[in-house]
Amino acid sequence: MKRGDAIKEVARQEGLVVANLGFPSRELYAFADKPAYFYMLGSMGLASSIGLGLALSSSHFVYVIDGDGSILMNMGSLVTIAHHAPDNFCLIIIDNKVYGSTGNQPTYTSQKADLAEIAHSAGNKYVVRVKSVTELCNALARCREQKTIIVAEVEPGNEEVPVIPLEPRAIKERFMKQIKKP
Amino acid sequence: MVDRLIVDVMESAGIDIVVSLPCNMLTGILSEIDTRLSIQHITVCREEEGVGIAAGAALAGRKPALLMQNSGLGNCINALMSLTALYHLPLFMLMSHRGGQGEKISAQIPMGKAAPLLLDTLKIDYLSVTAQADLENLKTFIKETYNSSLLQAAFITGELWDEAR
Repeated sequence: MKRGDAIKEVARQEGLVVANLGFPSRELYAFADKPAYFYMLGSMGLASSIGLGLALSSSHFVYVIDGDGSILMNMGSLVTIAHHAPDNFCLIIIDNKVYGSTGNQPTYTSQKADLAEIAHSAGNKYVVRVKSVTELCNALARCREQKTIIVAEVEPGNEEVPVIPLEPRAIKERFMKQIKKP
Repeated sequence: MVDRLIVDVMESAGIDIVVSLPCNMLTGILSEIDTRLSIQHITVCREEEGVGIAAGAALAGRKPALLMQNSGLGNCINALMSLTALYHLPLFMLMSHRGGQGEKISAQIPMGKAAPLLLDTLKIDYLSVTAQADLENLKTFIKETYNSSLLQAAFITGELWDEAR
């Protein structure tokens, strides 16, 4: 499984999606652009925090596509999520063990750090590690019943996709309009 | 008393979610916030995380505020620019301003001096609230944050509490 395969599965779900900056956002945009997708263009590390703020403030189901390098920048978020995240929240950490948008430099998850264990010991009860598309599908199918963090271990590699042509304000405005719909 | 007045201002200006990291000077304000049913209060591990949570809340139409010491400004500058400002999301930051007269902790002085200059550089409008007479202005200022979807800040200093004593 590559990141692109995992993102395609998330795109099949109904709900709001916060997509991490760089290739995760670009791949999601290229596969299936929707107003319900919030594409991050900056603020590396904050995908899970943006998603948490959304889930606490909306009745929509919120999926967050995060990455190993990004969650390592904001590990405190896993603690806050354990304490506050509501049931309409699912964090998917795509762990390709490299900084995939900047030239595949290895992250520490390629060595000793285990994100599933970190998330669990931060206080999150249901953390699922998946290594195939089938396992990911099963985890996504169950995440609406119990607040789940999914760590999807994938091969490194980016899809050939363009930069997102939308202006930040356009991304925001259509997303906010979508949230207002019941 | 001052703490209650400040939270009254925040509440009447429409703030409905506060993300915070504590400061000794904010103790009374933070516990006052916890008595208000109209304000959800989320403590964060690092100020930058709060910028993210506030952005998510703002996307859902809420009126978020970030409460922190001025030192926290340094921990969230990139996010303030490449998230809050980039997408024109509303955020009001209330910061305890340390490092002024009577400061007992030397480490507070460099960032205390730098914080207003950083806001100038980032083109973030701010108020300094040093007396209870400033609170009416503060209310108008916070309302503007949400009415015009702005990123704005206010410093509060120890003088505010000295005045009440």
